[in-house]
Amino acid sequence: MMPFSRAIARLGAITQGSIIGLGAFIRLLGTLLARSGIVFRRPGLVSQQVHFLGNHSLLIIAVSGLFVGFVLGLQGYYTLSRYGSEQALGLLVALSLTRELGPVVTALLFAGRAGTSLTAEIGLMRAGEQIAAMEVMAVDPLRRVLVPRFWGGVIAMPVLAAVFSMVGIIGGWIVGVLMIGVDPGIFWAQMQDGVDVIDDVANGVIKSVVFGITVTLIALYAGWTAKPTPEGVSRATTRTVVLGSLAVLGLDFILTALMFGN
Amino acid sequence: MDHRQSRTPASQRAPARRMTHHHPTDHPDAVLTFDDVVLGYGDFTVLTDVNARINPGQVVALMGGSGSGKTTLLRAATGQIRARQGSVRVFGSDIAGLDEAGLRAVRQRMGVLFQQGALFTDLNVFENVAFPLREHTQVSESQITERVLDKLDAVGLRTAAHLSVAEISGGMARRVALARAIVLEPELVLYDEPFAGLDPISLGITARLIRDLTTRLRCAAVLITHDVQESFAIADHVYMVGQGRMIADGTPEALMASDDAFVRQFLRGEPDGPIAFHYPDSPAFREWLDRHRQAP
Repeated sequence: MMPFSRAIARLGAITQGSIIGLGAFIRLLGTLLARSGIVFRRPGLVSQQVHFLGNHSLLIIAVSGLFVGFVLGLQGYYTLSRYGSEQALGLLVALSLTRELGPVVTALLFAGRAGTSLTAEIGLMRAGEQIAAMEVMAVDPLRRVLVPRFWGGVIAMPVLAAVFSMVGIIGGWIVGVLMIGVDPGIFWAQMQDGVDVIDDVANGVIKSVVFGITVTLIALYAGWTAKPTPEGVSRATTRTVVLGSLAVLGLDFILTALMFGN
Repeated sequence: MDHRQSRTPASQRAPARRMTHHHPTDHPDAVLTFDDVVLGYGDFTVLTDVNARINPGQVVALMGGSGSGKTTLLRAATGQIRARQGSVRVFGSDIAGLDEAGLRAVRQRMGVLFQQGALFTDLNVFENVAFPLREHTQVSESQITERVLDKLDAVGLRTAAHLSVAEISGGMARRVALARAIVLEPELVLYDEPFAGLDPISLGITARLIRDLTTRLRCAAVLITHDVQESFAIADHVYMVGQGRMIADGTPEALMASDDAFVRQFLRGEPDGPIAFHYPDSPAFREWLDRHRQAP
């Protein structure tokens, strides 16, 4: 009985801890939104973060987008050619990227590249007493440190997703049109005809904004609650990637069901 | 080298004494007071019966061995931890009774030098010193440049303004942190181990800077330190912490002449005396040792 009761107690503790953690996470979101006035008073702080999170992620996003586009071009042509529908390759590449792969893969890469750097930065700031120093200087670290980073991530993420999709489409065009020989006019015409700005592009943008909020918030929360030790920061960065990726994939399913359910 | 200026002659000062519930130099406008304060973390009590008073224009040293609770006192003065009993008053306000806005207002009037500097690693040296000015004032960019370079000049690092934090040594980082702590010319400056890690020249200059600044701005300075020579050279009053409480206080000269066993052992660095070198034994340690020995 003892091991059983210990297991129950442990399950209870894990459940309680998860609920408390979720509550703290949502409270952090509320606090960041409530203290977002600094974004308008000092927009330079946000643009710095957009540069740090966005520009520094640009290369990995663009290269990944290109290769995903290559693969989509190859796989799409292989599948479509079995049914004699090679002319729909442009549409398939564009819809796959704008509706699904652009926001999702960008968010996963964003969690690994920008999310971990955010978590490590905040965690190390705590470990180095920088957050305490700010508090003692009568500067609110949530407002001064977390809010600009939060909005920097929320702004950077949809832009990066758009870059990913654009480069991916170019990758699909390189493979489909230049290498395989699909007719370029049909490739672009099918895409222009079949991609809807609201249903496809706007929904993709909405997804990327939601993922941007989620991943950035998880990264900031992990850094903010990290133990101020090397091991604590290391665990927090791992948590950012694991929780961020799972959250993106889970939310993607829910958003896809809501947006494209009919 | 004595950096003290316009201070009471040693012959007129009170002798060192064991701490009782008194205030050694009463002043109607005391900047910082501890009245019967008890401090601790969780179940652990660090200090009891803390009584101290810091007046404008005074350099006060809080001394004690490693782990004696000096930094805990600093954290209580800044409102980072609350007193379990008694009251900590800063600029006349009980810090426990302040709301968030009140605490911010009090903190804007104080500067703190952290033990490790706590410089912001995403900003360069100039921007670190400019940080409090940008956050709390509306002064122009040219004024910010002038004031920051002036403070960096005071710590000998004017020409290091462009360097990143990663490019400067530990001692330089502490001097930059000192410039940042005083850039708003606060009424109370708390220095946590200001002399640790400094070379002899920087150490002497830093000590003189603390003394001069305190006298010029008529602010109050609290040094958390175990450096006897430099702190005694600039301090007006010294409090000694040990064995979980404040043990003695007095002027540097009075403490130097003290017959108290604790004071003598600490000031002379003697191995034998009331201050134990070894960490005290505890049931938790013996329990751990038994388990450790029984483990395969």
